[in-house]
Amino acid sequence: MLMLEDVRLRQGDFALRADLAVETGARVAVIGPSGAGKSTLLSLIAGFIAPDRGRILWDGKDMTGAAPGKRPVAMLFQDNNLFPHLTVAENVGLGLRHNLRLTETERDRVETALGRVGLEGYGTRKPAALSGGQQSRAALARVLVQDRAFVLLDEPFAALGPALKAEMLDLVEEVLEETGAGLLIVSHEPEDARRIAPQTILVADGRAEPPVTTQDLLDNPPPALRAYLG
Amino acid sequence: MARGALQVRRWPGGVAAVCVATLILGTLLAVVLRAEAGRGLGPSDWAAIRFTVWQALLSAVLSVLLAIPVARALARRAFPGRRAIIGFLGAPFILPVIVAVLGLLSVFGRGGILNVALRWVGLPEVQIYGLHGVVLAHVFFNVPLATRLILQGWQEIPAERFRLAAQLGFGPREMARVIERPMLRRAVPLAAVVIFALCISSFTVALTLGGGPRATTVELAIYEAFHFEFDLGRAALLATVQIVLVGVAALLALRASVAEGFGAGLDRVVTRSDSGGLGKVSLDFVSITAASLFLLVPIVMVAVEGAAGLWKMPAQVWTAAVVSFCVALASTGIMLALALPIAIAAASWRGFEAVGLFGIAASPLVIGVGLFVVIFPIADPFALALPVTALVNAVMALPFALRILVGPVRDVVESYGRLSATLGIGGWAWMRLILLPRLKGPLGFASGLAAALSMGDLGVIALFADSETATLPLQMYRLMGSYQMEAAAGAAVVLLVTSFGLFWAFDRGGRSHVDA
Amino acid sequence: MKYLALAAGTLMSTAAWAETPVLTVYTYDSFVADWGPGPQIEAAFEETCDCDLKFVAAGDGAALLARLRLEGARSDADIVLGLDTNLAGAAAESGLFAPHGQSVAPDVPNPSGEAGAWEDPLFLPYDWGYFAFIYDTEKLADVPGSFEELAASDVSIVIQDPRSSTPGLGLLLWVKEQYGDEAGAIWEGLADNVVTVTKGWSEAYGLFLEGEADMVLSYTTSPAYHIVAEEDESKAAAPFPSHYMQIEVAGKLANSDQPELADKFLAFMTTDAFQSVIPTTNWMYPAFTPNEPLPDAFAKPIGPEQARLIPAGDVAAIREEAMAEWRAALSK
Repeated sequence: MLMLEDVRLRQGDFALRADLAVETGARVAVIGPSGAGKSTLLSLIAGFIAPDRGRILWDGKDMTGAAPGKRPVAMLFQDNNLFPHLTVAENVGLGLRHNLRLTETERDRVETALGRVGLEGYGTRKPAALSGGQQSRAALARVLVQDRAFVLLDEPFAALGPALKAEMLDLVEEVLEETGAGLLIVSHEPEDARRIAPQTILVADGRAEPPVTTQDLLDNPPPALRAYLG
Repeated sequence: MARGALQVRRWPGGVAAVCVATLILGTLLAVVLRAEAGRGLGPSDWAAIRFTVWQALLSAVLSVLLAIPVARALARRAFPGRRAIIGFLGAPFILPVIVAVLGLLSVFGRGGILNVALRWVGLPEVQIYGLHGVVLAHVFFNVPLATRLILQGWQEIPAERFRLAAQLGFGPREMARVIERPMLRRAVPLAAVVIFALCISSFTVALTLGGGPRATTVELAIYEAFHFEFDLGRAALLATVQIVLVGVAALLALRASVAEGFGAGLDRVVTRSDSGGLGKVSLDFVSITAASLFLLVPIVMVAVEGAAGLWKMPAQVWTAAVVSFCVALASTGIMLALALPIAIAAASWRGFEAVGLFGIAASPLVIGVGLFVVIFPIADPFALALPVTALVNAVMALPFALRILVGPVRDVVESYGRLSATLGIGGWAWMRLILLPRLKGPLGFASGLAAALSMGDLGVIALFADSETATLPLQMYRLMGSYQMEAAAGAAVVLLVTSFGLFWAFDRGGRSHVDA
Repeated sequence: MKYLALAAGTLMSTAAWAETPVLTVYTYDSFVADWGPGPQIEAAFEETCDCDLKFVAAGDGAALLARLRLEGARSDADIVLGLDTNLAGAAAESGLFAPHGQSVAPDVPNPSGEAGAWEDPLFLPYDWGYFAFIYDTEKLADVPGSFEELAASDVSIVIQDPRSSTPGLGLLLWVKEQYGDEAGAIWEGLADNVVTVTKGWSEAYGLFLEGEADMVLSYTTSPAYHIVAEEDESKAAAPFPSHYMQIEVAGKLANSDQPELADKFLAFMTTDAFQSVIPTTNWMYPAFTPNEPLPDAFAKPIGPEQARLIPAGDVAAIREEAMAEWRAALSK
């Protein structure tokens, strides 16, 4: 279980409070008005920002001060998910070994992961030689080999068209099923939440609410969410 | 705000910054302590100060005045070869000064082509030694720089503004008053101040074309006090004066906030309604042609004379070329060892960039004199001539290198910092796998500049060299001194080819196999 | 790394004295040039000494001295060859030189005393000459016959810096000796004739040959070079009412690690083997007349009544004032 225990953060005028828990393996959407702190919430969990107060716990262990790479999360960003000067296989390999000195078994795992996301034979290419969708698949292949307890997605498919995006979300679901990982996904689209996340955290008015059922939330939105959804 | 997520190590940058600061401030302190303050400045010292300021002022004003029509012509004309000319305007930055001086002598000297022509038509001849020559050489080097800076000003004017002016039916006069003059009022003083600062500390030009009580700069007076009279006290006193002059000039230049255009963004031509007319077209044509000739002819002269001189060069030229080449590589290595950690540290804390400014304000001769004072009691300074040269050249290239590197390093940290952090890549693996490959281009460019600058530099080596150790520029200067002009021209060709070759090789190496 | 090895290489070569003794002689640039006396003298001395004679070009007179003072006790130099009597006082004051311990009677005219008497304990003469302005007879028609005429004309001249070069210092003393308190005014008149001030003789003479000036300060014997070596009779020395002399000297350094060899060299310097090389390589009058007669081109000596030389001991007192006048006039 991932717990945020009375976590508070203040940066200038911006403030965020979070006191919530997410079950292991749960799939949770993070929605709310822009600027409310959805990405900040993910950054806190991923370890890019340290909270002013409170603790972040994983299975009861305090990981508030842990380095991003030491946390049980794998993350995809809006862009720059691949290093353009490394091959696809190297990019995936970084999820296994940071110095890229892979063993034979590890190399096989990279190949398998690439096959799993439909990029068989693309390992030696550079990201620039791939389409937008293929780049996202490559990044997902790395998430697959990282094999972390949670996958954090910060609007990773925003640049893709609707059909491709649906395809990617399906692929994410497959990856999650295969690894048994939980999911936290920031999205602007309530439809994404309905599609992939049974639960939703609403971030609004300086607070990240504990997760509730997505269906209920979207059907009876509280005032802050209603203003956002229009 | 969340950039700190990637744990960038700042301490190596701190160590490098402290090294640079110690070198510059330490030698400065050594110089000041050695200076005999009580003695004061003599009339000839004041003459040197006056000359230094006066020639820099003249050089700045003339360079800018000549650059304005050229920049305007380049801004409003599209023609084949325009890109090449703009690229060529960047070349003087890495052109060895002594090569340019030799070229200018062959054009403007008493036996040069200009005076031959003047004699032929019965006009009085021009004189290249003294103030004329010093200013001429500085104008040669700085017209291109001024042109680039002013051209940048022109191109920063949004195209919409010209379209609006056209719609309002502005004539050339209104156009000038409303659009161009405000831009020039901003760009011209900036260019002038930058050039002024550069000319204050120029040494090679004063050494070769100046000299004598009438045309001695402070930098040259330091050299003379050191080399002619072995008067360390006076050298140190003059060095203190030079620190003040350069410091003031650098502050002026900084206040004018330098936005130097090294490369990109100058290839857009602004389409304007008022650029037609035979008069303007021919004015632009003349400006561009004259500027190109002024810059090209001296270099072509050197190349032509040098091609013949290659066979007349004494063996020392080749030895000196090898020495210079090795010094340039060592200097580039030192520069990278200093610049890279500082740039990495500056990505998370901008204060580090300030270290580069030390390099701008420092004068190589002051550092040289300071090092001499420091080294002398411990070791033989002459035995250390080459390491000292490599070190000083590296520090002189540092400000340019930092300007080139800090931005890209910051980009890498900003774009890939979180990804690296979440994957847990840090330390050496991050340097090897992420930072260095991403920085290949800027690193190649910075290394190329450092290598070419070091290759062509004649500064601190003139203080320290004995007759057996010589860099190629010094060897060339000696050949010129003994009037083996053909051999000197041959050496100039070797120097030219190595300088530009080093730049090209590094820059090219950095650009190969780069993926977007 | 490569260049460290290279630097080490140069150090090694200077350390090679352990095997063959090396005698290091600091001198001026034109002395070691291919056409200068250096190569022949090196060969001649090495035949007799079983050593390696190494000439190091370290600039003209005063720059030579400055270089020695820069290097101090660390200097590799055993001998300095190329100072003159005008610098001897300042050189003696540096305390870097050791007595030569020889008594010689050079054939040098001494305008202010008895010819043949050589009293300097530290420096020995090896050649001498008269300063003069050299011009090209095919290019310059109205040749000035004095400093006043030169100042009044628009003839361009190249001179040497008295702070770095012995001819430059010689010219300074020439004007001072001849005009005394009027010297400053003469320099002010000359200021607009001076194209440039070079740091050594080689640079100035080269500038003149390249056509950068009408006249150059050199020696009355300089045309002999063009006549003998180039069969070119176009160069001539302009006769002035008086001509200042230069006596070039050499001395042994107190810190020399080869003192015996240095003495040997100084003794060799006064012999025929050395002296006979001087006229047609250094283009000066030998200090000890060799057996071989001088070429005809040398045979236009200035009369003794025209020769001037300020005694070495008196130079120091005059030099500062003359230098100040020179600087003041030329920096205007």
